[in-house]
Amino acid sequence: MAAVLARDIFKTFGETPAVDGITLTVADGEFMVLLGPSGCGKTTFLRIVCGLERQTSGDLIIGGSVVNDTPPRARGVAMMFQSYGLYPHYTVRNNIAFPLRTQRIPRKEIDGKVEWASRLLGIDRLLDRRPRQLSGGERQRVALARALVREPTALLLDEPLSNLDAKLRASARLDIKQFQQRIGVTTIYVTHDQVEAMGMGDRIAVIDHGRIRQVGTPTEIYDEPADRFVATFVGTPPMNLLARGGGCLGFRPENFLPRDMIDGGHGGITEFSFRVDRSEYLGSERIVYGVIDGFDTQVITARLPPAHVAEESIRPGEWHPFAVRNSALRYFDNDGKRTSRH
Amino acid sequence: MVDIVEPIVARRSPRYRFWLDRSGVLGAVFVAPAILYVLLLVGGPFLLAVYYSISAYTIYDPSWQFVGLANFRQIVQNPAFLEALENTFLFTFASQLLGLILGKFGALLLLRPFPGRKLVRALIILPWAVPIALASVAWQWMFDSLYSVINWTLIALGIIDRAQAPNWLGNPHLAMLCVIVVNAWRFFPFAIVIFLAGITSVPQDVIDAATVDGAGFWRRNYQIIMPMILPIVAIGLIFGIVFTFTDLSVVYLLTNGGPVGATSVLGFQGFQVGIVSGDVSHGAAISLFMLPVLFIVVVAMLRFIRRRDI
Repeated sequence: MAAVLARDIFKTFGETPAVDGITLTVADGEFMVLLGPSGCGKTTFLRIVCGLERQTSGDLIIGGSVVNDTPPRARGVAMMFQSYGLYPHYTVRNNIAFPLRTQRIPRKEIDGKVEWASRLLGIDRLLDRRPRQLSGGERQRVALARALVREPTALLLDEPLSNLDAKLRASARLDIKQFQQRIGVTTIYVTHDQVEAMGMGDRIAVIDHGRIRQVGTPTEIYDEPADRFVATFVGTPPMNLLARGGGCLGFRPENFLPRDMIDGGHGGITEFSFRVDRSEYLGSERIVYGVIDGFDTQVITARLPPAHVAEESIRPGEWHPFAVRNSALRYFDNDGKRTSRH
Repeated sequence: MVDIVEPIVARRSPRYRFWLDRSGVLGAVFVAPAILYVLLLVGGPFLLAVYYSISAYTIYDPSWQFVGLANFRQIVQNPAFLEALENTFLFTFASQLLGLILGKFGALLLLRPFPGRKLVRALIILPWAVPIALASVAWQWMFDSLYSVINWTLIALGIIDRAQAPNWLGNPHLAMLCVIVVNAWRFFPFAIVIFLAGITSVPQDVIDAATVDGAGFWRRNYQIIMPMILPIVAIGLIFGIVFTFTDLSVVYLLTNGGPVGATSVLGFQGFQVGIVSGDVSHGAAISLFMLPVLFIVVVAMLRFIRRRDI
């Protein structure tokens, strides 16, 4: 187990920069999530960390030593791929044993470690099957067992849940997080799914166009977005933005409530006249779409607790008094950077 | 509750209008030409050959006299036949092995992008595409006892002495080597295509996973990629074996079975006996002898593939 340090990593394919200067520190035992839209360079960065790609420039330090020119097999990192990359011609047992066999570990020791990893993930009864005889969830566990079995210096996960259905994904999320905590392995987890990022990460690095926009805990990312990209990328529905003066005013949909549901509290409130265009009832919440008086072109969303707002009171086509607590307002300047006040 | 108020009318369509939409009919129409082709051009001659092989038919005496298995008994007692049988096995397996090795290396070289790769890929198909009659002439000159460019090169490099220059097609062992090499040369573009198809079908994730799991080049190749593409390679090999085992063109064109039957293979001998000499019944018997041999080889390989299926 080791800390992973990236210093000014650049990677260009031909003319196109895929990773455009990433500097990131992942502490020993930390669960770091790289979050970003597809094509933002997060997977390329992960491939650089494990050595499948060589960075154009910059330093990569794993466990205190510079590994820029160290081949993958000497880095001691494990990676789990989006489609798992299981070896179809091997049994589960041999799949898990493969990373140990490449290190010429004695047979006895391999058997013991395979046993340990398969028990840990609850796949010990599948050891003699082949990957094609397994379900998606089982394959995912085999891939994780193969990654964990040699107790890697760092565990890299590239969208490991995207091939699972929604229900399985939720339980696998919990599993991965639990194994990671039990073993305490430094983990870098790549995803474009903010639910995974928010739910699993100790810290999140939001990446766009090969650059890190913000690194922080899930709370920091959500509550104190560093710029407009982070504000609109994280959160469903995203943060509402109103162009105002030279910059932008932002507030989360769940903070945008009917006037009578908000008390002033400290710092006061800002009121808006909101015309409801459409309302979606989603069981646990109600998403309301509309426009704010004076900003006709901008669709604004509000997220309301349905139990408290009767359907009749938010009727489409009518203007309603809405408000946001001033403490929930965020300001961005002309370049999209966060500013303290406008 | 939603009510359907539209009245339901039974509308009859003309009986034969959608005739071709039925998969039974359309399927049969599509398959018929292939079946007809096989029956007329493979099934017919095959049955004829079976009949010839158990008759006393020659072109001088076209009698249909039934002789049972006498023809087969006679050919297996003929030393020339046994030599040809041995040659056929050697010729087939040696040239396939050589072709596969060349194919594997060629595929690995062509996998990596380099300038002009498309051109090289196109050119490498040439040995396969060039008519073997034409190619054989070139090879014949290369193996010529006087003008051999191979010998000339070896002498120029000082590897052999002019006095001891090998007579490629005159020495029985060297002649066998020559037909094997030429046949492997002919086969290896096919092997390259097979290997390329196989290797590109291996998901990149699997290869990457092996790399990160600590496998170097050799381990990746022989523990991951090769076992995964084995079924594809085996299918290619079955084709190669069947075609080579029954082939006579390289032998016929390059050595004419010589010297003294040293490179004679079953296909060549069957042709010599049955067509050139006119002893149709024995020729048919020699050719049909290949059938059970190939049958066993093919069945064994198919079983092997099925057991390994992944």
